[in-house]
Amino acid sequence: MWRYTVRRILQMIPVLIGTTFIIYAMVFALPGDPIQALAGSKPLPQSVINALHERYNLDDPLVVQYAKYMANAFQGDFGETFYGQSVTSALESRWPVTLKLALVAWVFELVAGVTLGVWAGLRRGKFTDRVILGGTTLIIAVPTFVVAYSAQLLLGVKWDIFPVAGTQEGWVSYILPGIVLGSFSLAFVARLVRTSIAENLRADYMRTARAKGLPKHRVVVRHLLRNSLIPVVTYLGVDLGSLMSGALVVEAVFNMPGIGQGIFQAVQTKQGTLVVGVTTILVLIYLFANLIVDLLYGVLDPRIRYE
Amino acid sequence: MTELTDVSKTGAAGAHHPLLEVEDLHVEFRMQGSTVRAVNGLSYTLEKGQTVAILGESGSGKSVSAQAVMGILDTPPAHVTGGSVRFQGQELLTLPERERRAMCGNRIAMIFQDALSALNPVHSVGIQIAEMFRVHRKASRAEAKAKAIELMDRVRIPSAAARFGDYPHQFSGGMRQRIMIAMALALEPDIIIADEPTTALDVTVQNQIMKLLAKLQEEMEMGLILITHDLGVVADVADKIVVMYAGSVVEQADVEELYARPGHPYTEGLLASVPTLASKGQRLVPITGQPPNLAAIPSGCAFHPRCKRATDRCPVEVPALREPAPGHLSACHYAEEVLGD
Repeated sequence: MWRYTVRRILQMIPVLIGTTFIIYAMVFALPGDPIQALAGSKPLPQSVINALHERYNLDDPLVVQYAKYMANAFQGDFGETFYGQSVTSALESRWPVTLKLALVAWVFELVAGVTLGVWAGLRRGKFTDRVILGGTTLIIAVPTFVVAYSAQLLLGVKWDIFPVAGTQEGWVSYILPGIVLGSFSLAFVARLVRTSIAENLRADYMRTARAKGLPKHRVVVRHLLRNSLIPVVTYLGVDLGSLMSGALVVEAVFNMPGIGQGIFQAVQTKQGTLVVGVTTILVLIYLFANLIVDLLYGVLDPRIRYE
Repeated sequence: MTELTDVSKTGAAGAHHPLLEVEDLHVEFRMQGSTVRAVNGLSYTLEKGQTVAILGESGSGKSVSAQAVMGILDTPPAHVTGGSVRFQGQELLTLPERERRAMCGNRIAMIFQDALSALNPVHSVGIQIAEMFRVHRKASRAEAKAKAIELMDRVRIPSAAARFGDYPHQFSGGMRQRIMIAMALALEPDIIIADEPTTALDVTVQNQIMKLLAKLQEEMEMGLILITHDLGVVADVADKIVVMYAGSVVEQADVEELYARPGHPYTEGLLASVPTLASKGQRLVPITGQPPNLAAIPSGCAFHPRCKRATDRCPVEVPALREPAPGHLSACHYAEEVLGD
């Protein structure tokens, strides 16, 4: 298992280099000079342009620029924004916001998704099952921003149950955006659990469990759930990364100063270092979430061996 | 019904009632628009220490009938639509679910065909055996573990204590079936139902498993219901044979009697299709045709389309299960002739 873990971590290196290089190249391939974008429509003296180009390695070939950038990044220096602020400190206040938001969404989709999925799976074909199937289809079909604005309007403005926007009220202000952010995955998790439960209900070992004379709740929890939730763990693990990178729309609607908004602004002002810095960290989160899921898989399903 | 329950509670029931009586059992599968009659009037009795073999092709209703006796049918789609199952005189089919469940594993236990899929893949075999003591006997963790290891030893699993924590996929087929047996025997039940216990195994391993099962049955004086399609397995261990075809009993007799003088053309056909040393070098005689579709069982005698002896009477008139010779039941219009040949 240790050898497997080490090998997986080594495999991350080419993946990380590949993804960050593509992002780096794409960001700097955007038309227009970033320095000019910084100044807006004001004309800049050539000397200033040259000095800034020098400072941000803008005249080097792309590969060299990228190599210099990554070399610094691995020493914890993700470079500076064009406003002279270091990327690390520019994001410092943004990470906690997105992290909290994603966490609330994740817990919500885990608890509600699994509960609904189990419920529907055990009552397959009955009324409850159809309601849950219909509801989750609706959630998947409606775009996030529609869900977000509707939730904000109804629960925030009209009925005044949750704060309308911002992050001033601590954890409470994360509840509604978290639910909105998690709703899409919730629908997905519920359907995944439902299918898995319905499939495992017919398994031979379930018949054995009944023949052993075990009480119903024990048959469901110890035998059915334990087997049915294995595929769900994969989805939930990887989804933590997706939630963080997908928080942009929700952050915008609820006016939360998270990294989603940060990236958006950085792309608009062609701040390549900022974009690449954020994405590098997101890629790392993805990769480690994947690794943890794969290792967890072996714990949950003893048939899986690492070689 | 109440009377019977009371009798069984006094404990004197064993003297007056057989261990298990199945009478005119009917099971149907109801699916959208169609009804499949899987068991149509199965009757047999089982005494303490006795082995009854239920013999039949796949789809003859033998496994379904066993699950109905156990009370573990998937309902829906399966429904027990009639008949009676009495354990030491006590009716099981009308028993409340809780009491029925308490009997499973405790008084009546079951061994399944494919131990790999019948054992839970994510729990260690030891835990799965120990679960019986934990749930039914409220044993402590350590106690249950000790008992489970003792059982694994008893079914001859080498270094049982060391293998307690191993998972089903880490055992060979034969060893897995031993685990199933250990699990079924855990609470020393009165009846074991073995549903094709050796079908998934190699021939040499089959023999070992059957011997083990027979030996343990004798030691514990259990009644054994052996469900199989394998005439070879039956001959060695069974006392009585019930032959099923299309969900009904076609013949029932003691094992020697049935092998010496089959009383139904279907049994005759089955026996003729088994290779023996005497038939070496000769072609085997198969039963022609296919087992019937249970959603459309042929009229009259269900076996008539495949029967060499069929006459005009057979597609029209359902043959009753009669006793053409003492202790020998057959559901054939021409049972006497078949017996005579």
